[in-house]
Amino acid sequence: MTEPLLQMTGIQKAFAGIPALREASLRILPGEVHALVGQNGAGKSTLIKILTGVYRRDAGEVLWQGRPVDLRSPRDAQGVGIATIYQELTLVPQRTVTENIVLGYEPRTRWGAIDWRAADARAREVLSRFGIELDLHRALGSYPTAIQQLVAIGRAASMEAKLLIMDEPTSSLDEREVETLFGVMRALKARGTSILYVSHFLDELFAVCDGVTIMRDGRTVGETRIADTSKLDLIAGMLGRDPDEIRAAGRTQLSTDQTHAGPVFLEAKGLSSDRRLRRLDLEVRAGEIVGLAGLLGSGRTESARAIFGMDKVTGGTLRVGGRDVRLSSPRDAIDAGIAFLTEDRKVEGIIPDLSVRENLTLALLPRLSKMGIVDEARERQIVQGFIKALGIRTADMDQPIRELSGGNQQKVLLGRWLALEPKLLILDEPTRGVDVGAKLEIQSIIAKHVEQGCAVLLISSEFEELIEGAHNIVVLQEGRSVRKLNNPGVTEASLIHAIAEPPDTPHVEAAE
Amino acid sequence: MTTAPLDLNLRRYMRPLGGGTHLTVWVALALLILLGYLRYDNFLSAYNISSFLGYNSMFVLISVGMCLVIMTGGIDLSVGAVAALASVTAALLSPLGLLVALPAGMLTGLVAGAINAGLIVGLRLPPFMATLATMLAARGTSLVVSDRQAVSVDWSSDFTALGMNKIASILPWTIVVAILVVVVAWYILEKTSLGRTVLAVGGNAEAAHLMGLKTSRALIFVYLFSGACAGLAGVFLASGYGAGQPLEGQGWELAAIAAVVVGGTLLTGGMGSVPATVAGALLFGLVFNLLNFENGLGVISLSAYWQSVIRGAFLLVVILLQVRLARPAAAKA
Amino acid sequence: MSEPSSLTGRGLGGVGEAPAPRRSRVNRRFLGLVVALAALILLNVLLTPNFLAVQTLAVNVSQVSTVAIVALGMTLVIATGGVDLSVGAVMAVSGALAPLIFGSAWGLANPGLGLLAAIVLPLLVAMCCGLFNGTLVSFLGVQPIIATLILFISGRGVAQVLTNGNLQTFSNPSFTWLGTGRILGLPVQGWIAILLTLVVALIVRKTIYGRYLLSVGGNERAAALAGTPVAKVKIATYAIASTFAGLAGLIDVAINSASDAARVGNLMELDAIAAAVVGGAALSGGRAPILGTLLGAIFIQLVGYTLIANGVPDEATFIVTAAIIVIAVYLQDSRRRT
Repeated sequence: MTEPLLQMTGIQKAFAGIPALREASLRILPGEVHALVGQNGAGKSTLIKILTGVYRRDAGEVLWQGRPVDLRSPRDAQGVGIATIYQELTLVPQRTVTENIVLGYEPRTRWGAIDWRAADARAREVLSRFGIELDLHRALGSYPTAIQQLVAIGRAASMEAKLLIMDEPTSSLDEREVETLFGVMRALKARGTSILYVSHFLDELFAVCDGVTIMRDGRTVGETRIADTSKLDLIAGMLGRDPDEIRAAGRTQLSTDQTHAGPVFLEAKGLSSDRRLRRLDLEVRAGEIVGLAGLLGSGRTESARAIFGMDKVTGGTLRVGGRDVRLSSPRDAIDAGIAFLTEDRKVEGIIPDLSVRENLTLALLPRLSKMGIVDEARERQIVQGFIKALGIRTADMDQPIRELSGGNQQKVLLGRWLALEPKLLILDEPTRGVDVGAKLEIQSIIAKHVEQGCAVLLISSEFEELIEGAHNIVVLQEGRSVRKLNNPGVTEASLIHAIAEPPDTPHVEAAE
Repeated sequence: MTTAPLDLNLRRYMRPLGGGTHLTVWVALALLILLGYLRYDNFLSAYNISSFLGYNSMFVLISVGMCLVIMTGGIDLSVGAVAALASVTAALLSPLGLLVALPAGMLTGLVAGAINAGLIVGLRLPPFMATLATMLAARGTSLVVSDRQAVSVDWSSDFTALGMNKIASILPWTIVVAILVVVVAWYILEKTSLGRTVLAVGGNAEAAHLMGLKTSRALIFVYLFSGACAGLAGVFLASGYGAGQPLEGQGWELAAIAAVVVGGTLLTGGMGSVPATVAGALLFGLVFNLLNFENGLGVISLSAYWQSVIRGAFLLVVILLQVRLARPAAAKA
Repeated sequence: MSEPSSLTGRGLGGVGEAPAPRRSRVNRRFLGLVVALAALILLNVLLTPNFLAVQTLAVNVSQVSTVAIVALGMTLVIATGGVDLSVGAVMAVSGALAPLIFGSAWGLANPGLGLLAAIVLPLLVAMCCGLFNGTLVSFLGVQPIIATLILFISGRGVAQVLTNGNLQTFSNPSFTWLGTGRILGLPVQGWIAILLTLVVALIVRKTIYGRYLLSVGGNERAAALAGTPVAKVKIATYAIASTFAGLAGLIDVAINSASDAARVGNLMELDAIAAAVVGGAALSGGRAPILGTLLGAIFIQLVGYTLIANGVPDEATFIVTAAIIVIAVYLQDSRRRT
């Protein structure tokens, strides 16, 4: 057997006493495309960041080409030949395309100055491998995310690395771009470059990968050739369940009985916004969960933002509770009975230094105050109720929310909106980044409110959550709602098909 | 107010000036000079030009230093106090001649810059607070060292030659040195890896680090550079006005920030232009100069106090223009 | 170490996970400041002659009060994640206005009304300065340093234009009472500072504005999404800060029975920022330690007094203040990093 390019064994890492990696290992052969899979929080990102010198390991061994190495910084890692494309874009948007490709490795003239002509040439050459041509002197940030992603890949590829790490590179790419990317990956592989590929889209793995490592709870729980496994086996490994159990497991906690949905609460017709929402047709009834499905960038979050008054609506009509409305701010939307649990808990959710109590009642404050003074007794009573009802694990309600775990933070934010007793609850990836236990709890809380007549608009990238939770699913493509699927009857295959199929074909998949 | 889409070739020639978006400040500068020329008799006289350039060479220096710091997303509040301290140091050492006093003044600035860098890179203090502390410390030190008095320079040494002599009795040596520093800053920024790292750090520090760039080195560099510029400005001050001034330089840091902003550099970092900052500094000085002439005409009589009012109003106008220019771009991002 | 259940994620709040331990740290800093202050007072009792004299107290109180009042407003602005460089200039404006009003022909003819107007009008003008700052910051999205730089540059000029740059001396016992009067042995401005501290502390703790203030500074986007009127909160905060600065300007002028536009409030923005930061405010926003600010102002004042009373030159206090700031920010920052 050939000597592995990289071998990591017994890697451990804890943050502030909380173990993130308990016993992780990874082995990559020269010239292979190796997949790394696992649920959110399984430890993939931590393992990668140890490999790339961002974090230092607490224990374990890293062998690079057979020799033990200790990589202390991203620069060290790049020095030995490890290039990385991180999940969140790590480029400098204000700077030009060329700069973003050559930064740190600029070609020099004889005098030691940067040779911009050569730099442009290199950038052009790298991008031509992807078949794209850009204005190299424009600020990178002025290009769409997918292009920026390709530039990031171009930067990594131009370093002629021995190992290229790609952390979810396809999440913002469309199908054609993904194909381009795969082409580049195969070309790199043919030149002997190894690739470590992290993706949630399991189907992709079978298209490009040779081997796969499965992680769960900070441990490596399996390593195999991709040809010897199946998607179900991978999922079973990631979840730590028996494959047969999964087949039988049926529905998630989100699923409610198909009760009689109430009257239409929200109706959007041809809604468009200044932020890439082109034409949204949507109807949400009281006591009903409507799912929004689509690829990243298809306009799911943009739909929510337009409805919630965050983006400027540029066309179409919005009816709430049977009346035409114009919501120009979140405040308007809240007053109209709409609540919006955003996707990015850290950036758009929690106020880190404030307590659980203060975070939970933030939206409710106007109703809790008289003459500008907050009725703290009533506030405490309400918060206590929610801590109990939602099972929020906190030392007491005055603990700063940043000290809580992700799942519990999410429950506090859910409480923030439920406290308003909204008529429509918009949920954007409500269970992303929370562990399985909290996820089931959150789903059951939502289900309970739906039973009580709350309307829910659910955005989720997890097909399972949509298929088993939503009464019907509206599929978005490029900022337009293109079809509507009715449950029961939606399968993962039919949903994926509906998401991927070009919009001009009129027939509706799930009718059968 | 946006500059119309320029011909590509034209754009290339404009690049050394700071590129299309920074062009406005050059246009404004040219217009004000034209106005001055047409309206006032002695505006382009050798005396006015040389005193204008001599005085503003100090502001050009500290503005350029500030510009680099701001490009990293930081700020350096200590420059005024550091210049004062350096002027005292240089004045005290002036008997030993320019060749000692000049490096000593710059060294003073470098030490202050090193302290800033240590606090910001080493202890990770926010730049605003770190440089605020250095500002107080430098001010206190300069008062202690000078015993609260202006320190007269040694007129018999060659020290005052730098600040007082002029080339062809029109071009002060100080502006020549200042322009040299500007060129160095511009070269570093445009042509070296260090300079690009400065911009990358300001654009996205986290990303710059993950890209394997030497971000700490870039930060240390800008604070050292800014300190050295402030030190040099202090030497100019002592040499050109005959004394080390422990109380001078109050508010210089804010004047420099204003010049940088007028030059079109955003405080958020990652972008900006050294030449446009120079234009911004000159523009600010020119407003003063023109007001003096206007007073001299006797048509209106504005007390010296009006000048700061007008400078503030001028800054407001520039900011409002920038807000209008920046808005569409920000919405797209 | 117990074996985690197979379904539990990596400590993200697993099913069986104990609640996150509550670390009582909010007041640790405050306590530290109290202890440091107590130690400083003890040191002075032992070292400084006549430290416990009423006169010493009066001198210190009258010096620290204006800083404390301005620092209160500064703390609120810093809590929004901003900073207000214009406070010193606003002090100069209001300080220049007051003597002009009660010293005008109308003010002399109607002493009662004149006095009232000489207090209310400058405060209103100061508030307008704050509205101007707040509007630039919240509606036009100008960075606070730059937005407040405008009034920093031109505000003092306005005050100088108003007074022709002259030192205005006056004798108006009712007005100077603001600066020189005593109640129960303590200078009036000391009482004002204490009263304002308590009022602002209550406002921050008990009112919807206080809650909004902390949420805007803590996470502006999240606050806006939860329906917080971000722009209103910011504008109100800058207005409060400027009004306080205006009041401090009046007190300063009253203490000296003279208004010198070039001097009133000079460098006050730095003193106020220093007091706020030593008191526990973080420039990143989201925290408004009001009592801490008062203590921070007192601490800096007392350190300076201690040094001067013990023969250290006045100038050296700058250097010590610089060290205090560095230590305070460092302690705060290291706390954040963990």
